[in-house]
Amino acid sequence: MAWETEEQIVERTAEVLAEYDSDRTKLIPILQRIQESLGYIPGRAMLEVAGRLGIPAVDVYGVATFYNQFRLHPPGRHQIKVCMGTACHMKGGNIILDHWERRLDIRVGQTTPDREFGLERVACVGCCTLAPVTVVDDTVHGKMTPTKVDGLLFAFGLARREGEAP
Amino acid sequence: MSVAQKYGALAAGAGKRWEERAQKPLLLVGTATCGRAAGALEILRCLREEVGRRGLEAEVIEVGCMGHCYAEPLVVVAKPGWPAICYGYVTEGIAARLVEDFLLNDDPCLEFVLAALEPNDLVPSFADFPRSRYEHKMVLARCGLIDPEDITHYIATGGYAALARVLEMAPEEVIALIKASGLRGRGGAGFPTGVKWEACRSAPGNPKYVICNADEGDPGAFMDRTLLESNPHAVLEGLIIAAYAVGASQGYVYVRAEYPLAVERVRTALEQAREQGLLGRDVLGSGFSFDVELFQGSGAFVCGEETALIASMEGNPGLPRHRPPFPVHAGLHEKPTVVNNVKTLAYVPLIVGQGWEWFTGVGTSRSPGTAVFALAGKIVNTGLAEVPMGTTLRQLVYEVGSGVPKGKKFKAVQIGGPSGGCLPAELLDMPVDFDSLTAAGAMMGSGGMVILDEDDCMVEMARFFLDFTQKESCGKCTFCRLGTRHMLDILTRITKGQGRPEDLDLLQALAEDVKAGSLCGLGKTAPNPVLSTLRYFREEYEAHIKERRCPALMCQDLIAYYIVLERCERSCNACVGSCPVEAIYTTPDMLKAIDQEKCVKCGSCVDACPPQYRAVIKVSPPEVVAKKAEG
Repeated sequence: MAWETEEQIVERTAEVLAEYDSDRTKLIPILQRIQESLGYIPGRAMLEVAGRLGIPAVDVYGVATFYNQFRLHPPGRHQIKVCMGTACHMKGGNIILDHWERRLDIRVGQTTPDREFGLERVACVGCCTLAPVTVVDDTVHGKMTPTKVDGLLFAFGLARREGEAP
Repeated sequence: MSVAQKYGALAAGAGKRWEERAQKPLLLVGTATCGRAAGALEILRCLREEVGRRGLEAEVIEVGCMGHCYAEPLVVVAKPGWPAICYGYVTEGIAARLVEDFLLNDDPCLEFVLAALEPNDLVPSFADFPRSRYEHKMVLARCGLIDPEDITHYIATGGYAALARVLEMAPEEVIALIKASGLRGRGGAGFPTGVKWEACRSAPGNPKYVICNADEGDPGAFMDRTLLESNPHAVLEGLIIAAYAVGASQGYVYVRAEYPLAVERVRTALEQAREQGLLGRDVLGSGFSFDVELFQGSGAFVCGEETALIASMEGNPGLPRHRPPFPVHAGLHEKPTVVNNVKTLAYVPLIVGQGWEWFTGVGTSRSPGTAVFALAGKIVNTGLAEVPMGTTLRQLVYEVGSGVPKGKKFKAVQIGGPSGGCLPAELLDMPVDFDSLTAAGAMMGSGGMVILDEDDCMVEMARFFLDFTQKESCGKCTFCRLGTRHMLDILTRITKGQGRPEDLDLLQALAEDVKAGSLCGLGKTAPNPVLSTLRYFREEYEAHIKERRCPALMCQDLIAYYIVLERCERSCNACVGSCPVEAIYTTPDMLKAIDQEKCVKCGSCVDACPPQYRAVIKVSPPEVVAKKAEG
């Protein structure tokens, strides 16, 4: 996945901003749409939003950093969210998180250097009955074990190799 | 046309469609998030393929969750001439057989039956389950039985009738009715809903707003998600009634962005309600205009608090502010605003429809109605349960939830999420209602209930919740920001075996200061998990501090894994293969041993060791291993 250029970021941000009025109360929906479009919220996009809404850039930054949903770094092509809610914790969520970290060789909150996988922890995805849970992209995987982590990564490896094959 | 006539026309249309549909076989698949996680979408696809391939006149419909999450994926088959039967743990193979054997050949595949929906002569029904003696479904009644993405299902089962009736009443009458029912807010605090509405109605200022708070941030709670995914119109109807009662013209549904399916289903519900004239200008020709906008919360626990929620809707960081003024006087954009929880609103149409006497007839005098609990953790029947207020914890855990699995011993139940507390076995006979729980040091909270067994460490539990609240503290109040941080440091130290004897008194003192010195519910209740575990499980703290021992064998720094040589089969290599870090090795005399330096304590080897040997054990404190190795 290629990195977005500065022009692309400005362009995509402008597209999002065109959907909204210059209304301060729309700041969170705007940031949500930018994240949907770019996968994260680059500094340049925040400046654009601040200019358009006529508010200090620090206010935009303040909101973007206050809420857990907003990502300031580019995500991986596959985003892995390990649930650390109560039920998942009691059933060994930290062991699952440790194992993802070990296998991907990154810490939680980081993205692998090839931008293939991003790893994050979430508070609760509301699937407590299937604890421990990991959400990979938008698919919920319940009753996780370290072996299941290996299995998922293996499947991604296979899919990738198939994609690369001529 | 009058409101009643307009509604009558709507209901007749919906009823007709419902009747027509009942003529052919129906397959209902529970595709709420819980079902999807268990593979319901594959079942749905498989059923559609099978039905399509055979050209059957059957309809496959997505529904919400019935609360029996432990048996997901669930499929209900309603075939004319047969009782509606629910199948649990459905696989693609079972799905194919349901179509082939049941739909085509009249064999109801009794081996896969979970239960029938209604009592009948053929198969046992849910009413025969022991838990049905305690359950009383009000807001969950329709969940899992109607299509949440088709408004006609809701209308055909009596939906929006309450709205039609309310629109012909005076707003004051509606408020009086809700006050008479004694409905208390289900978000956790238990404030009387009618009183809140009345205050908002009489507050000066225009326009007024109503907000449905679906920012269900408690880890371990999923009732609001289920309700929105299974029956969004019930919540919407409650919101419209609330708006009419307080005189609001604009409403919002504030849903967490972490619940994408709930967001989607609410959005669909809003569109359909608008199409049917139940939202927008001149609702049902009554002259009352009201519209609802969907707002996605961005993942801040503190935004469940109403003033923080309002701040975030205004585009600011979600910092709570001092109350008074309460939102009913100065809320969104400084205008009078009612903020109600999802479940609170879902009760409203039921109370209007069936009368306040019906509602007060269930539950206790001070907490009327039912309570919805999300059962999770070490319990057999995970899922949702709706029971009358005043049901005891014992009935909930043992009768409704069927107790603790694997023959383990019950240790505690954690109620109310990070704001709640852990209650021990001695308090199992306590009735569950707002006041009893608060008195015991826990809290109703939003209704998340996590059951803990002997393998769960109470110190680690307290640490976990404090870790959560410490991260989610918005940072406004010093006591909450710094106090929780210090408490977390102390607890972390204890779980690492570095606790000091004076730590317990320090924790207690800090906890009380944080409670006293914080503005909002987050800080006021954050010490609850610590205080309640200190109160009921002090000996566990002492074992950690004095003996460096974790009695539940959970704190990773205080345990070690050890292979009992006498029990090891030697030639089986299950543990070696399961270890993700290659810490298990074979000695020249074929014995297995764990390299304690390499071991990451993930427990895979315990699971891998065949049950007839059970050779891998956990010990605490870790020094025990060295002693065993010596002699």
